[in-house]
Amino acid sequence: MTPTFSPAAAREWRSVRVDDATVNARISRARKRSIKTESKERLLRLALSMIDLTTLEGADTPEKVRSLCRKAVTPLAERPDFPHTAAVCVYPNLVPIAAAALGPNREVKIASVATGFPSGHVPLRLKVAETEAAVKAGADEIDMVIDRGAFLSGDDEKVFSEIAAIKAACGDARLKVILETGELGTLDNVAAASRLAIHAGADFIKTSTGKISPAATFPVVLVMLEAIREHYLETGVMIGMKPAGGIRDAKSAMHHLVLVAETLGAAWMTPEWYRFGASSLANDLLRQLTRREDGYYQSPRRFSVD
Amino acid sequence: MSNTMNKRKDDKPTLDLAGALDLSPAPESCPVTIKPRYGHFIDGEFVDGEGGFATINPATGEHLAEIAEGTQAEVDRAVKAARKAFEGPWGKMSGLDRGKYLYRLARRIQEKSRELAVLETMDNGKPIRETRDVDIPLAAQHFFYYAGWADKLAYAFPGGVPKPLGVAGQVIPWNFPFLMAAWKLAPALATGNTVVLKPAETTPLTAMYLAELMQEIDLPPGVVNIVNGMGKTGAAVVGHSDIDKVAFTGSTQVGRIIMRQIAGSKKRATMELGGKGAHLVFADAPLDQAVEGCINGIFFNQGHVCCAGSRLLIEESIAEEFIERLKRRVEVLRIGNPLDKNTDIGAINSAEQMGTIERYLSIGKEEGATTWQSSCPVPDQGFFIRPTILTGVSQTDTVVREEIFGPVLSVLTFRTPAEAVKKANDTEYGLAAGVWSEKTSKLFEVAHALNAGVVWANGYNLFDPASPFGGVRHSGFGREGGIAGLWPYLADQGGAA
Repeated sequence: MTPTFSPAAAREWRSVRVDDATVNARISRARKRSIKTESKERLLRLALSMIDLTTLEGADTPEKVRSLCRKAVTPLAERPDFPHTAAVCVYPNLVPIAAAALGPNREVKIASVATGFPSGHVPLRLKVAETEAAVKAGADEIDMVIDRGAFLSGDDEKVFSEIAAIKAACGDARLKVILETGELGTLDNVAAASRLAIHAGADFIKTSTGKISPAATFPVVLVMLEAIREHYLETGVMIGMKPAGGIRDAKSAMHHLVLVAETLGAAWMTPEWYRFGASSLANDLLRQLTRREDGYYQSPRRFSVD
Repeated sequence: MSNTMNKRKDDKPTLDLAGALDLSPAPESCPVTIKPRYGHFIDGEFVDGEGGFATINPATGEHLAEIAEGTQAEVDRAVKAARKAFEGPWGKMSGLDRGKYLYRLARRIQEKSRELAVLETMDNGKPIRETRDVDIPLAAQHFFYYAGWADKLAYAFPGGVPKPLGVAGQVIPWNFPFLMAAWKLAPALATGNTVVLKPAETTPLTAMYLAELMQEIDLPPGVVNIVNGMGKTGAAVVGHSDIDKVAFTGSTQVGRIIMRQIAGSKKRATMELGGKGAHLVFADAPLDQAVEGCINGIFFNQGHVCCAGSRLLIEESIAEEFIERLKRRVEVLRIGNPLDKNTDIGAINSAEQMGTIERYLSIGKEEGATTWQSSCPVPDQGFFIRPTILTGVSQTDTVVREEIFGPVLSVLTFRTPAEAVKKANDTEYGLAAGVWSEKTSKLFEVAHALNAGVVWANGYNLFDPASPFGGVRHSGFGREGGIAGLWPYLADQGGAA
């Protein structure tokens, strides 16, 4: 059953108001949580297990993707006790490479961007075709971009129907909807786009492509978490969250988890419902995790780049 | 994999918030040595005094230090030293040079901010998060702000010749011990007055530490004198015949006693007294942020805030849902060791205040209020009260009319802006209020209709040294902060001091 667009509902999503100054104050408070010793170890491991290890460059090679997959399965060879990441995230044409590298019984999921990533400026039929091809090639999860131009021009119906169409094309694959918040301009818009995406069929909402700055800022993430909370309390349906882009250090990742715990609670503190779209974050998490055992920081060069 | 879980029997989804984030202890280390006994600081010297009472750590019950109880003779000596400094070096000093001392003191406070924050937290019970991020930095800002005014006083009185009053007697409360000392001292010194300060008996330690800093920056002897003691000592300070100006922050009850005491004298006074702040949330407010405002309004400093937003007035159409939002947010507040950097709500300052709050909670129950408290575990020792929300109360109830001075929020509803304003103003107090709405015209209209010294729009408990603060009606008179904070310490334009 495809969700149907309702102008009245869209007006409601657009009427949500966010006060930026107080959001910033809330963020500054959350970021002062002091995470030490056992709780730090626990959150670092959790963050590692939530990573969608990502490479989305024009210059991506099969070798790079294979190495990314190895890193996703075993983030650090000498520490097999560290968790694997949640997924790898690649362009559709590299999905077969990842599928071959990870094997059929993989625990690491394959996420693929689709729908004319990162701009989304291609016709819907091509977006659908690209999605179907990625799923057919073995993608477990599809990261689509919304049509920001349509959203900013007020054409909510176009954004909605595109998401619904891609959701239908996903089949069993989970759909992550990228709002590209850096182009939405205001938190009010982020609040509205989050609700629109959720109602159109998103399994996850995701901040950014990573190609636009600012990407996953804390205020944007909080507003999206609040949209997820509202939806859950109204319907009982859980929606996942994926901040992506700009999260490079372990401390930020842990503070993101503070926000999740204090906004959505324990049920979302799992890779099933929360992901980090990141490439360099993994290495900082590894550096922090090994420091606990070694007593000193390893050189960043000790960890492979993908 | 199912997208639905955590469903209760009544099929209403709930969030598993309490305990979702298990954080290991993160205590701030203690960089200060507390002396076994503190006397007074008179004429630039630390002197021991007579008698003594204990100051304790309210989070543990631990004895921190013994404090001397100032006598009339000691108050006399302090006032005399202040008078001598006023007629001597301080009174003759240029504003530019006075400003230099204040800048130096402000910088010294910044340098010693961690020591001050820890000391304040131990003596008062408030969380280190607040002393570190609010009390101490804001105190330093007040000194910086008024240091800037010291050589520009003529601009505060265009066309006039401002002159200091003389010796100020200042009595400060226990809820913001160091910050209130800064609010009182900074404008008094910037304007060229000298001071006799009486800290609160349960929280004297940071004032005595400030005295050490004043010695270190070579503040001339007698400019600031600190006499410790209880109410009697405070009465001796404000009642002293050679005091020109009285500045008091504390309860309305004590404020009345002081006003009676100084009636008929030439003394000028400013009073910053109690409050029962109304916090208005309209249906068109940014709701999640309004929740945050309510949290800041009533659970900041365990609700030991004269301007606390202790009466929440919600538009009826969103009331039920808003209270649910509020409870969810309160559920993730952490109560516990105030020195832990993750503690949101610390200890109640004293057994006496704890008793007062508990008494109000039982009165509330007797009068028919529904009491809700968060589920956060509370330490076994020390004085702690869970954040509390009282619903089903009305304008006539004691918990709506009287200042509780604790983490207790009374919730009322309204239907129209006019009703909201009427209920908000239905109090003998008038210190502060807050309004939440995304409609600017409504914000302005309601804010101007509220009878309070301070009104915050889409925010609460936001402080800035440049902004005047003070009350109307039984919340007091006179302003602290901003240009208006200078006026109570200066003689009328062109007049003689």
